[in-house]
Amino acid sequence: MSNQSAARKSKEYVRPMPVTWWLNRKTYFLFMVRELTCLFVGGYALFLLVLLAQANDADAFAAMLNSPLSVVLHLVALLMVLYHSITWINLTSKVMVVWRREDRVSPKWIAAANYVVWVALSLSIFGICWKIAGT
Amino acid sequence: MTRSNEPIWWSLFSAGGVVAAFFIPVTIILTGVAIPAGLIDVGKFNELIRHPLARVYLFVLISLPLFHWAHRFRYAVVDLGLKGLDRVLALLFYGLAIVGTSFALYYLLLL
Repeated sequence: MSNQSAARKSKEYVRPMPVTWWLNRKTYFLFMVRELTCLFVGGYALFLLVLLAQANDADAFAAMLNSPLSVVLHLVALLMVLYHSITWINLTSKVMVVWRREDRVSPKWIAAANYVVWVALSLSIFGICWKIAGT
Repeated sequence: MTRSNEPIWWSLFSAGGVVAAFFIPVTIILTGVAIPAGLIDVGKFNELIRHPLARVYLFVLISLPLFHWAHRFRYAVVDLGLKGLDRVLALLFYGLAIVGTSFALYYLLLL
């Protein structure tokens, strides 16, 4: 941040950057896709908020969840959020430093542990809901 | 948003990233696949979300991902070329996340 504000105040030439810079390379493109997964993360939070707002009207609540548009949006959001989950776990496991006696635990093992926890949590939550509200 | 505020927003972004990564996919499968497919009864699900633990779960699942969105989208927009608007965007996006959190609290207490 300090670099940015300093650059703005100076009279040095700042090379203009085209808005499409992230389309030039695959890694830049995947970076931007990863960053834009936040639209689906935030979008789903907003969806839950709207859903809660009409939870006291059981028919409206059911109609909202059963609409074809909702299903399509959910599937798109699922793909994008899965990309967020995978990139998040892979990245945070590299940042986290875990020591076991003298050796640093390999990021691959940390990521693997995270994937196991992720799957276990998901199955548990689905299982609890299915047990209580399953048909 | 002064620079000294950054750790707060970054922590909320990070916490939201973890919550989104671990809990949003299964919740999307519940509301977007299992209910429309008839695996989960929508009426019983509507009762289930009233349980105190479910309310806490939903509050966390709405609030933190909103702050995750606000922080990440702020820098994505800056990266896309709107560097000059950074302060306005920060105010707007974090503000929206705070408003969303307030609404979540309101609706969850009204359930």
